[in-house]
Amino acid sequence: MQVLRRAALRVGGRLLSSVPAVLGVVVLTFLVMRVLPGDPAVYFAGGPSAGQEQIDALRVQMGLDKPLPVQLLTYLRDIARGDLGRSLTTGQPVVVDIAQRLPASLELTLTALLLALLAALPLGILAALRPGSAVDHLVRFLCTMGVCMPTFVSGLLLVYVFYYLLGWAPDPTGRIDVFAASPPEITGFLLVDFALVGDGEGWRAAAAQLILPSCTMALFVLAPLARMTRASMLAVLGGDFIRTARAMGLPGWRVILVHALRNALLPVITITGIVFSTMLGANVLVEKVFSWPGVASYALDALQASDYAPVQGFVLLMASIFVLVNLVIDLLYGLADPRAAG
Amino acid sequence: MTTPLLSVEDLRVSFSTRRGTVEALRGVSLALPAGGVLGLVGESGSGKSVTSLAVMGLLDRAGRVTGGRIRFDGRDITRAGPRELRGLRGAEISMVFQNPRAALNPIRRVGEQIAEVLRAHRPLTGAEARKQAVELLEAVRIRDAARRAQAFPHELSGGMCQRIVIAMAMACAPRLILADEPTTGLDVTTQKAVMDLLATLTRERGMAMLLVTHDLGLAAQYCDQVAVMEQGRIVESAPPAALFGTPRHAYTARLVAACPRRDSTIASLTPEAPPRPAAAPRKAPAPGTSPPGTPLLLEVQNLAKRYPDGTVAVDDVSFTLQPGESLGLVGESGSGKSTVSRLVTRLLDPSGGRILFEGGDIGGIPARDFHRAPQRRGVQIVFQDAGESLNPRFTAFDSIADPLRTLDGLRDGAALQRKVEDCAEDVGLPRALLDRFPHQLSGGQRARVGIARALAIEPRLLVLDEPTAALDVSVQAVVLQLLDRLRRERGLGYLFVSHDLNVVRMLCERVIVLRQGRIVEQGESTRLLHAPAEAYTAELVAAIPHFDPSAAPQAAVACS
Repeated sequence: MQVLRRAALRVGGRLLSSVPAVLGVVVLTFLVMRVLPGDPAVYFAGGPSAGQEQIDALRVQMGLDKPLPVQLLTYLRDIARGDLGRSLTTGQPVVVDIAQRLPASLELTLTALLLALLAALPLGILAALRPGSAVDHLVRFLCTMGVCMPTFVSGLLLVYVFYYLLGWAPDPTGRIDVFAASPPEITGFLLVDFALVGDGEGWRAAAAQLILPSCTMALFVLAPLARMTRASMLAVLGGDFIRTARAMGLPGWRVILVHALRNALLPVITITGIVFSTMLGANVLVEKVFSWPGVASYALDALQASDYAPVQGFVLLMASIFVLVNLVIDLLYGLADPRAAG
Repeated sequence: MTTPLLSVEDLRVSFSTRRGTVEALRGVSLALPAGGVLGLVGESGSGKSVTSLAVMGLLDRAGRVTGGRIRFDGRDITRAGPRELRGLRGAEISMVFQNPRAALNPIRRVGEQIAEVLRAHRPLTGAEARKQAVELLEAVRIRDAARRAQAFPHELSGGMCQRIVIAMAMACAPRLILADEPTTGLDVTTQKAVMDLLATLTRERGMAMLLVTHDLGLAAQYCDQVAVMEQGRIVESAPPAALFGTPRHAYTARLVAACPRRDSTIASLTPEAPPRPAAAPRKAPAPGTSPPGTPLLLEVQNLAKRYPDGTVAVDDVSFTLQPGESLGLVGESGSGKSTVSRLVTRLLDPSGGRILFEGGDIGGIPARDFHRAPQRRGVQIVFQDAGESLNPRFTAFDSIADPLRTLDGLRDGAALQRKVEDCAEDVGLPRALLDRFPHQLSGGQRARVGIARALAIEPRLLVLDEPTAALDVSVQAVVLQLLDRLRRERGLGYLFVSHDLNVVRMLCERVIVLRQGRIVEQGESTRLLHAPAEAYTAELVAAIPHFDPSAAPQAAVACS
């Protein structure tokens, strides 16, 4: 009970203390959008050739004729009501757009993160167990490749090899084959929805669509995770308590997995949080290459169209996710390390 | 003669380093009968820890046994494979380490860690193992064992952690315990408790023990045979009474002399040094001899330091220090002695009381402004770990020049060069070493850099916070002699913080004993050590492991 209350207090405190940061981000984005060249009224009136009257009418309708502080206040009031404005490109409320597209981005990012962790942890552990060996060098090479290749290059390479040459992967456009039936919308995560309705074939099709883009992203973040695992494992393996565990005759796998890995994971948890947040924002290239209907490509399109509301909504979303992820990492850390929980 | 339980014959171990192969052991032979206690003493780098790790097969990757034999119970285990070693470790041979807190996994409950050892060697269920773990905790005299089993290492004291490591080592009733500096870093009273426990348990259960230590007193008190190691060889091995009473090897003699004892003096620490005639008038600047009217060098009144979380580190401490006097501050960890030294040097802000330096109140100057105060030049500090307290990117020259640059405003040039070289010469640091970085210097050389840095701007008060605690005894002897000489030559006042009563007695005229932030007793140092008035002081004195050559036979009898 006491523990739960303390945890709740901590969560509340953390959320409260992140309000200024989120607010700052919102205001900054708002200002930056206004400073950027390009007039949305002109853009949506159909270009500079449209009549001045038409443009002015649009401007009044969008509230752009009011002074900046008033616009900002109006915007903040709308946010407080849960209204992020309306996208002029799609004609829908931004909240609806984002709600439709966020699951796609999340599904892609989470799958990629899972794949990256599944690859990075064993690679990092292997490299740490034999520092300087061939395995270590191979891991270092893989990581370097993953980092130094831009995601659109590695993405296109994967498409070229697995779709064009080998034909193993399906047509790399979107989350699901255009002719296939979508599952009923329950969570928005296709894999979960297909699994919930028990559609095995649909699940496989969705997974096949997902595998290339998520591999592309996983490759990109493999390096920080694997390198961190290796460094952290090396440090822990040199620790006194590992020597104690060996001196007490514990089996080798137990020493490595129970004693070394659990301690080595602590810094990896922190890095995972950072990596996840970066992935969510930075996967725009992957979404573009694979025509993935995610939030990042949505924001990019809006940015090009000087469509303020979706961009501001996207930044607000990212800031909130960042806060949430950091909070989760914090709580995880408290669970994993009794010293941090105090 | 029956076969010894452990016999090591002509063992050679070398480490491959970046600078080529280094021979750590050059032919070590020893034998330990079942139930016996063998002490392995020596200074850092002598190879005593390497010997015990080699027996366990725990040498790190760079280390390799290049020759010789290790036999356990007649069985050759020199090159035992992982499977064979796993069966031996914990079950037949077990180990107790230095720095117990680090030797335990920080994120697992201590009870789990003991149970895990049990289950690694015996077919037990989880519940049985947990029950036995609690019994083991009781065996190592941990009160409230069932609750303590649920604790994490960071929630327990250092002494308690060492008991837990001992419980782990004893868990499967091995026949041999290797104890590698088991009490280094623990307070003397804790050290006594832990060593008594270890000695009792091994005796009760008929276990043999190899005690690796740098502390000759500890070896004398708890071992029935002591082997002295130097540079990878055993130079002498004998029962403690003979070894410490009439050392045959020159190195043993040097080591024995360098160990501070109840009756040793600064001069007697190094036998080969010519007796110093100046040693006798040590008390020349004794309290009261300074001409009347001279202000006290330091006066501390009702000093207190409380932290926001309610901890009271220092509580109502008052003392005075005459110019040229040396005052010792002793106590166990948590007694507040280091806090006092940091308050006096104004690195911390006191929460109450006054600090008067040469009559002027410096306690009121905020710590972060003190570097600008005129008194700053008069007070300097020498820290415990010379290696950690030197900037790794500064050469010895830069370190010594640093206070000259910042406090004296000296610019690079001939004057600074000359000043730094003078300082180095005063502390016996060869000029050629001034270009080196801390990691290229030995422990003793680093200590000299630390002292030279403190002396560079000619302070009147030198606060020494355990300046020799991290040093080998022979190096400590030389550094203590240096400090004593500098004080007499320059008329410096010393505030000497230490946990070692013997060292304090040699260097200081007066001693203050601190406990939990309060002064327990203060007085003339020889009197305090030989006839303590307070029970706590007496306990501290009694806990020092000592070997008076005359009393050594009794000690040996007592522990056999």
